[in-house]
Amino acid sequence: MHSTEFLAGLYRTMYTIRVFETRCVKLYRQGAIRGYLHPYFGQEAIAAGVCAALRPQDYIVSTHRGHGHCIARGGDLKRMVAEITGRQAGCCKGRGGSMHIADLETGNLGANGIVGAGVPIGVGAAMGAWIRGEDRVAAVFTSDGAANNGVFAEGLNLAASLRLPFILILENNQYAVSTPIEQSTAEPELFRRGLGYGVLSERIDGNDVLAVYRKTAEAVRACTQGSGPVLIEAVTYRQGGHHVNDPGQYMPKERLEYYRSRDPLRIAKEILLARVGANEEALARIEAEVDREMDEAVDFALHSPEPSVEAFLAEAAAY
Amino acid sequence: MATTVKDSSSPSTPPGQRTILYREAINEALREEMRRDSSIFLMGEGIGERGGSYKVTLDLLKEFGPKRVIDTPIAEASFTGAGVGAAITGMRPVVEILFIDFAMLAMDQIINQAAKVNFMTGGQGHVPLVVRTQGGAGNGLAAQHSQSLEALFYHIPGLKVVTPSTPYDAKGLLKASLRQNDPVIFIEHKLLYMTRGPVPTGDYAVELGQADVKRPGNDVTIIAWSGMVSRSLAAAETLAQEGIDAEVLDLRTLVPLDREKVLESVRKTDRVVIVQEAVRRGGVASDIASIIQAEAFDYLDSPIEIVAGKNTPIPYNLALESACVPQTTDILAAAKRAVYAT
Repeated sequence: MHSTEFLAGLYRTMYTIRVFETRCVKLYRQGAIRGYLHPYFGQEAIAAGVCAALRPQDYIVSTHRGHGHCIARGGDLKRMVAEITGRQAGCCKGRGGSMHIADLETGNLGANGIVGAGVPIGVGAAMGAWIRGEDRVAAVFTSDGAANNGVFAEGLNLAASLRLPFILILENNQYAVSTPIEQSTAEPELFRRGLGYGVLSERIDGNDVLAVYRKTAEAVRACTQGSGPVLIEAVTYRQGGHHVNDPGQYMPKERLEYYRSRDPLRIAKEILLARVGANEEALARIEAEVDREMDEAVDFALHSPEPSVEAFLAEAAAY
Repeated sequence: MATTVKDSSSPSTPPGQRTILYREAINEALREEMRRDSSIFLMGEGIGERGGSYKVTLDLLKEFGPKRVIDTPIAEASFTGAGVGAAITGMRPVVEILFIDFAMLAMDQIINQAAKVNFMTGGQGHVPLVVRTQGGAGNGLAAQHSQSLEALFYHIPGLKVVTPSTPYDAKGLLKASLRQNDPVIFIEHKLLYMTRGPVPTGDYAVELGQADVKRPGNDVTIIAWSGMVSRSLAAAETLAQEGIDAEVLDLRTLVPLDREKVLESVRKTDRVVIVQEAVRRGGVASDIASIIQAEAFDYLDSPIEIVAGKNTPIPYNLALESACVPQTTDILAAAKRAVYAT
């Protein structure tokens, strides 16, 4: 039912995210990236599937673990690496870094260093579209950690009370920093919270890119027909610690191994090879292309100048 | 402070010119700007049918409909955040937070989000959000509905802080706030809503960052904002009877701060009283005093006087409440100390 090109595109996005994060961890170890870096390893299918179902006019709101969302929405790799390495050529001129990466040209309203804070921001983007009578949705990426924060509940309720075109993508990676989901709530089936607010809510396999894509496409349709908002709980697993300096030793080995066996890239590859008859060679070509793009992006960033302190101080004086 | 206060607006009323209430002036600013710009919409608690607790949004629902005058749940963090999101995507939301005390529920959205978006995105995003709220003590509303919290917002880079003291300024400053691109905390004063003053019928805006000499004088500068301006003017009248010619400078906006006009007045009078309703500790007055001593030290003939609220929560009992916040007599005494100090 899906064309090979479409599926190859999904795989390409997911592979790009994987390579991007792998290179960023390396750059971090080399000292080219400072601060916090929260890799998206293991959750690639969610960003790729959701963004493939969104339309150019739609908005996304991202999280601190936001590189994948930015890439899937069409962010430019060069400007992204430049941002994360703090360069003037970065999409936020080196002011935001990894945690605040934003790309308004692609409708990405930005990552956020405050867990849950993006939920009401997305509600507002949906509200604006609703007021103007435009055919747009706002999709907010959020998490199991955010689900226990007040603005999650408030935002969902506000969106539901006005029937806004708002899609809440709850990436349940099962850890809020280091606290496992079973420990932070008595109801780990988080999609049920949406039902309590009168919101269409479902739980899906977040490691299956096609499941994510199809459910998001349905959600977009529901929103455009006025039956939004929609909550999608995409169950996944964070393949590693909370951030680059967290080895994640609290994560049980067998569980990690289980989810690695269900790695989203592996699942996507299987679909491509088995169901639509793509060949290994074609996939290898995609991977080589992405590897080359990534090399160019890193090279571009590392050869870009840092922002001028003088110019910044002049600007700060007027702030 | 009495709830009926005589006219204290900057322009004197020419014969035949109308005077309106502070709350009506704000209502007019909203109505006229909403007619002019379809991206402006309002959201808050009970602002639609009810017209707001202080009747500021009266009849706006009727004219603009439920998509532009939105009654929200009692959930400040989310509707303020929704204002941020709507602003980034091209709207000009006016979020009403019923009492400034309730803004504490929305501090993440105001401080970590609204104030930071333009900066963090390297200038890609703008947040032309106006948070309308009101503060100040009066009428026994006690500790959670009476605070003067402007210093919290003054402290945060990326926010503008507007504190109108008259109907004229309230209308003009709100219009200016709706015609610029940064988040504005627009702080009204609950005791001013029923005060009356001259407001022209034509369109005008009062540029942010322009202090206003509400009463010219040569002997001492009294710097005030919001509810303290009318008390400072009352003190100045009494001082005049005693032969002291006080200048009352209304800052009108705390961010941007009109440093030039502050310094100009200080260089003229050489004596300064700063009046703030908020608690003394960590207030805006201290910061203004530090600016004056750094920039106009040689002009000062006496120590800078700060008249401020007591460092306590606001009590319910009316006698205790008025003991907490500066009264006209406190300003009077401070001005005399400044003038008679050798």
